[in-house]
Amino acid sequence: MDLYEYQAKDLFAAHGVPVLPGRTVDTAAEAERAAQEIGGPVVVKAQVKTGGRGKAGGVKLAETPAEAKEKAEAILGLDIKGHVVRRVLVTSASDIAEEYYFSFLLDRSNRTFLAMCSAEGGMEIEELAVERPEALARVPIDPIAGVDRAKADEIVKQGKLPAEVADRAAQVIVELWDTFVGEDATLVEVNPLVRDPQGQVIALDGKVTLDENAEFRHEAHSQLVDEKSQNPLEAKAKEADLNYVKLEGGQVGIIGNGAGLVMSTLDVVAYAGEQHGGMKPANFLDIGGGASAEVMAAGLDVILGDGDVRSVFVNVFGGITACDAVANGIVEALKILGDDATKPLVVRLDGNNVDEGRRILAEANHPLVTVVGTMDDAAAKAAELAAKAGA
Amino acid sequence: MSIFLNENSKVIVQGLTGSEGMKHGRKMLAAGTQLVGGVNARKAGTSVDVDGTNVPVFGGVEEAMKETGADVSVLFVPPKFAKDAAVEAIDAGIGLAVVITEGIPVHDSAWFWAHATANGNRTRIIGPNCPGIISPGKSLAGIIPANISGPGKMGLVSKSGTLTYQMMYELRDIGFSTGIGIGGDPIIGTTHIDALAAFEADPETEVIVMIGEIGGDAEERAADYVKANVTKPVVGYVAGFTAPEGKTMGHAGAIVSGSAGTAQAKKEALEAAGVKVGKTPTETADLARSLVSG
Repeated sequence: MDLYEYQAKDLFAAHGVPVLPGRTVDTAAEAERAAQEIGGPVVVKAQVKTGGRGKAGGVKLAETPAEAKEKAEAILGLDIKGHVVRRVLVTSASDIAEEYYFSFLLDRSNRTFLAMCSAEGGMEIEELAVERPEALARVPIDPIAGVDRAKADEIVKQGKLPAEVADRAAQVIVELWDTFVGEDATLVEVNPLVRDPQGQVIALDGKVTLDENAEFRHEAHSQLVDEKSQNPLEAKAKEADLNYVKLEGGQVGIIGNGAGLVMSTLDVVAYAGEQHGGMKPANFLDIGGGASAEVMAAGLDVILGDGDVRSVFVNVFGGITACDAVANGIVEALKILGDDATKPLVVRLDGNNVDEGRRILAEANHPLVTVVGTMDDAAAKAAELAAKAGA
Repeated sequence: MSIFLNENSKVIVQGLTGSEGMKHGRKMLAAGTQLVGGVNARKAGTSVDVDGTNVPVFGGVEEAMKETGADVSVLFVPPKFAKDAAVEAIDAGIGLAVVITEGIPVHDSAWFWAHATANGNRTRIIGPNCPGIISPGKSLAGIIPANISGPGKMGLVSKSGTLTYQMMYELRDIGFSTGIGIGGDPIIGTTHIDALAAFEADPETEVIVMIGEIGGDAEERAADYVKANVTKPVVGYVAGFTAPEGKTMGHAGAIVSGSAGTAQAKKEALEAAGVKVGKTPTETADLARSLVSG
């Protein structure tokens, strides 16, 4: 789960990382009050989970509370790379002497963690990595040994941070490591990490990604989920404990078992769609290994609630769960949904007890259901039906 | 032959007494696995009846190994306890630990992987979040349905569970020396490269199928490895061409891997290494079938 800047900074503060005082608000009037309380010049910052906010006009300096209101008005409602700004962070404006870059992240290739540090912060880190890779230090971190003061000193040195901030920067790095480990984060990024004219080292921005697998040991993390900005279908699916992602611009609803097979199903539907008026997959939905009637019904319910969907492709490989159980699940699910099931379903079953599964579906003879033998043919059928429904 | 697992492998299950452990313990026995014990500290000294076979339960992995000669452990342990269970298997020095558990925090996986490395990698880890490994007709350590395909000349390594099943099903006319699901978590033990190296050395394997998916750069690295080290024909499949970007990967992650992690980048890397890449699982299976002799 990606966090907003203000949420990341709250976690930073809880682990001792210096951040500037700020308040998060939803309206321009509140922004004015927040600026008044904070005092002095403030920065109004769009809270969206994407980079490039500054360039998009989502970060503005305001000298007075009235100006803060004005800037907040301009920023709220902005569309930044498809993310609409609903909330701004009003924070005191810092005088910046220097900007650095720092992050802890997962290094998948080496199956460990990595610290990245540079004396050249502020710019897009992808650009720095390409243009001046020698300016970006990459220091492997042993997950067991972690980051103590000595390791932090080493990172500061390799990142070539100036000597006058070395001490404070190392301290902040230890605190950021506490955040990374203590919160089960997979990414903690500070860009820029700044030195102010008084020599303080401050996290001026923050990007944190939390590991959802670790929620069992972080009760507080569930409160960080932003329900308002969630797609309503995704929220509904999450409530039913379904792994669902809405895809914009698609017409073929997809249900499958296993993340890899579902991803593959999306691809196969997109290929097939090229022959059928450019039909595309409308969602990712993995109902997992079980594929019981209840889960199938919950999945169908979510997909049929999507106005973009014109046909549904149910693609199940009977591995642990045999195809007859899956077929019964589909038949039962259609009974549960009754008149709410309105769109054609193309079903492809393969694997254990496939003959029995197909027999069950043939016997049920549901008017909406077409059974197709192979994944490729079924994808073509689903795309064809979607194209027809739209014509 | 086969890789990592054969008819002589002696398998224990950590978490045998749980519902998943029992369910799949039964299936492993039916698949021909020598299931020699279970591990549960609270039920040490007891035994469980697995479909008529009496399987002893030990207090720890080390004891189970001493008593039974076990060299493989399969972990069906809930995410909360998986790190400790994996560390126990590593400390006991068992040859192969197959971590089936889904949902292990990545900090825990990173920790036990570092622990395995610090111990000189005496224990091969497969997973976590994987369906395990099967050498059809010989042994199963995991949850791969054993009746999908029999033994044969194909070697299969895959990030995804259900695509493993799908591919074994598509190629059931040829059969498999070994099929391995290595898992799709960000940090996994055995990689595509490990499996490619073992299949290359396995006289029974004639053609290798590797299945990848978006994220990380494991497929790109595997492509480099194939180019330099693999003489057997390799066929590839990559899932996720239409998956939305940025759902799982942070900015910084993409820099580290030195690749966008997209399906397209992986496909291109594999093709540049001489690996034929199928557009769909079925096309991939057809490509693989065409490369098998007689």
